[in-house]
Amino acid sequence: MKRRWAYVLFFIFILFTIIGLKFGEFAAALEKSITVCLNCIGIG
Amino acid sequence: MNLIKKRRLFQIFSTLGFNIYLPSFFKGKIFQGNIKGVCVPILNCHSCPSAIGACPIGSIQNSLATLKFNLSIASYQFGLYVIGVLGAVGSLVGRMPCGWLCPFGLLQEALYKIPSRKIHIPRFMSYGRYVVLVLFVFLLPLLVLDQYGFGQTWFCKWICPAGTLEAGIPLVILNEGIRSQVGLLFSWKMFVLILFLVWMVFAQRPFCRTTCPLGAIFGLFNKVSLFRMAVDDDKCIQCNTCYENCPVELKIYESPNSPDCVRCLKCVNSCQYGAIEYEFFPKKQPKKTTVQQS
Repeated sequence: MKRRWAYVLFFIFILFTIIGLKFGEFAAALEKSITVCLNCIGIG
Repeated sequence: MNLIKKRRLFQIFSTLGFNIYLPSFFKGKIFQGNIKGVCVPILNCHSCPSAIGACPIGSIQNSLATLKFNLSIASYQFGLYVIGVLGAVGSLVGRMPCGWLCPFGLLQEALYKIPSRKIHIPRFMSYGRYVVLVLFVFLLPLLVLDQYGFGQTWFCKWICPAGTLEAGIPLVILNEGIRSQVGLLFSWKMFVLILFLVWMVFAQRPFCRTTCPLGAIFGLFNKVSLFRMAVDDDKCIQCNTCYENCPVELKIYESPNSPDCVRCLKCVNSCQYGAIEYEFFPKKQPKKTTVQQS
């Protein structure tokens, strides 16, 4: 039974990923990650 | 090669692999290739000069911090991409990336090898990582906004010692422009980093167990993931060898798929009775044959 949940969850989250990609979230993540995060460094 | 050596190799190669663009260290700038939009399943700051992927915790905070502004311009970005990646990895292997891939986990294990008087971490402190996840990763970035509708990455700003170590220190050393802006916040982050580094010498994986929001997310999947731990009650004599070897001080025979378990598999390796097993895909059960009485 728990294994079935693992498959169901896996496909739900893959679906989330695909929806996120459709809404341009990869580009948003890329834009943030190629910019120096001042908060991470500690000078924000 | 036994499991312990395999895991150590995985940790080393993953640390190098996710931070492979070493030339950036000489330039004092961060890697800016297109691959960096790919979210990695470990706590690895994307402002580390050589990092080649996006930190999932930083990306979630960024999505929530810009949510209100994005909605105001009809841009529907809820952070589903990052949550989807983490959920997919979690439903497959649970918290295994913490034990096998995370560079910060490797650092903690290395520092714990320094000879010293060792201390235990009380069990209740493991709830700290859920507090950090809900408060610093979800609520504060979403709710505390400036006049333009933008939030901040609260976890990165006030807590994350990985960011200070992997990004803050190298960039402050290498980049003069950044060095000139160092102030009180950097001192605070250095204090947090040193606190954790000292704690790592005396206790096992203190950051993973008490603070890491990524570990909190993956831990939620431990009970339902495809990869599972199992203890054979008939073989286990509760000798506690597994407990003595466990980096998160778990008695695995009490809860084989506890959210605290980082699935390093040290217990499997240490159990001389072969009572602890792991399985990924379910073994096919042999069909039962029934004998009809005549």
